[in-house]
Amino acid sequence: MTAAAGRAVLSIRNLRKEYRAGQPVLKDISLEIDGSGLTAIIGPSGTGKSTLIRCINRLVDPTAGEILFEGGDLARLSGGALRQARRRIGMVFQEYNLVERLSVIENVLSGRLGYLAPWRAFLRRFPDEDVARAFDLIEAVGLEESFATRRADALSGGQRQRVGIARALMQAPALILADEPTSSLDPKTSVEIMELLSEMSARRSIPTLVNIHNVGLARRYAGRIIGMTGGAVVYDGPPAGLSDADLKTIYGGEDFL
Amino acid sequence: MTAAPASVRRWTRFTPAERVARSMLYVVAAAAVVWSLKAVEIIPEFLYDAPEQTADLFKRMWPFDWGFYPKGVHDVLIETFHIATLGTILAILLAVPLSFLAARNFTRNPLLNFVAQFVFVSSRSVNSLIWALLFVAIFGPGALAGVLSIAFRSIGFVGKLFGEALEEAQRGPIEALTAVGAPRITILGKGYWPQVEPAFWSVALLRWDINIRESAVLGLVGAGGIGVALDAALNNLYWDQVGLILAVIFAVVIATEIVTSAIRSRIL
Amino acid sequence: MTAATLARKRPPAFPASWTSRLAWSGLALYAVYASSLMELTWPRFLKGLENGAKFLDRMFPPNFEADKLELIRDGMLESLQIAVLATFFGVLLSLPMGLAAARNLAPPWLSWGARGLIAVLRSFHPVIVSILFVKAVGFGALAGILALIVSTVGFVSKLFAEVVEEMNPKQVEAVRATGAGFLNVLAMAVFPQVMARFVGLAVYQFDSNLRNSTMVGIVGGGGIGAPLFTAYQRFDYDVVLTILLVIIALILLCELVSGRIRRVFQ
Repeated sequence: MTAAAGRAVLSIRNLRKEYRAGQPVLKDISLEIDGSGLTAIIGPSGTGKSTLIRCINRLVDPTAGEILFEGGDLARLSGGALRQARRRIGMVFQEYNLVERLSVIENVLSGRLGYLAPWRAFLRRFPDEDVARAFDLIEAVGLEESFATRRADALSGGQRQRVGIARALMQAPALILADEPTSSLDPKTSVEIMELLSEMSARRSIPTLVNIHNVGLARRYAGRIIGMTGGAVVYDGPPAGLSDADLKTIYGGEDFL
Repeated sequence: MTAAPASVRRWTRFTPAERVARSMLYVVAAAAVVWSLKAVEIIPEFLYDAPEQTADLFKRMWPFDWGFYPKGVHDVLIETFHIATLGTILAILLAVPLSFLAARNFTRNPLLNFVAQFVFVSSRSVNSLIWALLFVAIFGPGALAGVLSIAFRSIGFVGKLFGEALEEAQRGPIEALTAVGAPRITILGKGYWPQVEPAFWSVALLRWDINIRESAVLGLVGAGGIGVALDAALNNLYWDQVGLILAVIFAVVIATEIVTSAIRSRIL
Repeated sequence: MTAATLARKRPPAFPASWTSRLAWSGLALYAVYASSLMELTWPRFLKGLENGAKFLDRMFPPNFEADKLELIRDGMLESLQIAVLATFFGVLLSLPMGLAAARNLAPPWLSWGARGLIAVLRSFHPVIVSILFVKAVGFGALAGILALIVSTVGFVSKLFAEVVEEMNPKQVEAVRATGAGFLNVLAMAVFPQVMARFVGLAVYQFDSNLRNSTMVGIVGGGGIGAPLFTAYQRFDYDVVLTILLVIIALILLCELVSGRIRRVFQ
């Protein structure tokens, strides 16, 4: 193992996923995510970006390969060990996936569920320090304190995504995965959310892996861009190095440029 | 990081008013349960030999008296089917016009709405067995009383649910038809019906399914069907016949459920 | 192109469906055939009207004698107790049962097992179930309670399982992604989505249990049913009417209250 690999928070080796046998969606992907900054994955729809992100925290089970994270292979974990690993990985979803009928603060506190005894979860007896931290995070993601007791279904899309980010941060994660966090948002809100993600990633030094459709946003906020097409990585480097020729390889054709 | 707040912020799930409302409900519910437990008469001696009695029950039931089926079960089973089906059809015929009266978007007359609602509530508050008692007193024992009691009990159910489906119908197509000056019957047939047809069939099937179960007991009060045979077998303590009848009812109910879910997935 | 050729080429706007016409006429034919089996003749109908008039005549005025009222009060209270206890225990059992039967939460072996059990519980009318319980635990309220617990579990857990299956899986997935265990996912992702409707089902079932608790007495399961049936068999139709009025009043009252309760849990 090289010194660089040792520093990596996450190393993916030969990751393969087939939903139907013989038709791989991910073709032996290998990646290293090191300890800082925001990494954007770009690529056309249906190219396996979401599958890749979801394999990492095992919302999707990979077919083959290794996902090394904090000394274990995520691809082989199950039960309690998998849950312990998931506690360390925050996730932000395209459609926010907040529990609509719960209040904002309950959604944020959900980030601590991996550490909480069930009776406390049922009775909503969260430790005081968790509640205090949840309030801090609600403000840190740009919402006012008064939002805490509002029900999630009363919020706008941008506000919901902020709550989603607060929930992920509440886990105090070693890694954040964001699965197209801006695809359901208008352009202005998308910028705000990407700004927030990159700011949190930098300030709290949590490496963040973002799936994104918008190449402009990716260039603007990511320190590293991974271009995928047909289930394989075809570009991996800084935004500055991403040429029109690379984009053509990634998306095929050039009409969109 | 934001600066730490001066005092630790606390959070509770409910506002004080909500907490009071909820705890009052819990207290009332708990009190009702405790009161019922204390007041209800349970004779312990009966409980002690319950396992024995249950074992005895099954021993007496098995083996079933299969020979009884052609003699005493087959005909009343068919009759049960007729009671349930005919009762459902009759209920639909009576309930559908009423549900148009009950739907506030179709009938804009609060008095008519209320009358229809009142019929539905009265129909639903009286159990089908009680309807059966009434109709047996009027028309004498037999399947006719059964059909009528099933029908009268079902009017409220079908009418309420179908009326709600009518009220949920989209205004667009109906306004479009009204705008071109279509007669009321056309609005009904081409505006409402296509929208509520799935709801209609699902309500009708659901009620038919329920009515098959209900018609099996009407015979206990003389309103025809397989319940008559069950009542006779119980009174004579022919448990092997009781077992057979229960098995037949079970089979019919399961078959009905399979049929209704098959129809439902076909037409809905 | 003329309007006529246009009309010919286009399919009709509202095509007639032959299968549905066939189904409707089949249904109509069946209705005629089955009605003919009911032996509803004109004389019988007239006789029925006459009987009905006599029946109503004997019903009115309802009987409000003190000893009858006392009997009715005791019977009604027992019916109420049967309904309360059957709802309480039945709903308590339905919660785990419904979760076990939900195919999106429970493993297949468990959900199919639970579904099979629910199908068995649902297949018999509460009155038939109480016949069996009367034999097993003797005459009285206990048989009625047990019978209504069976029907409560059958109804509530079936519909509750459907509610759970309709919940939004993404919200559950998000909470699962935080590393929450099964019970915590239940507490903060599943229950918030389904609890309001579960309470609605439970309250609805209480209404339904109250109706049925007035019936189980006909076969010895306790409650107002026994005095009702006795009065009926003795042709004391004025007492029957009093009992019916009390039953309907109580049921309407309970529906009113349960409507309020459901709103608290919205």
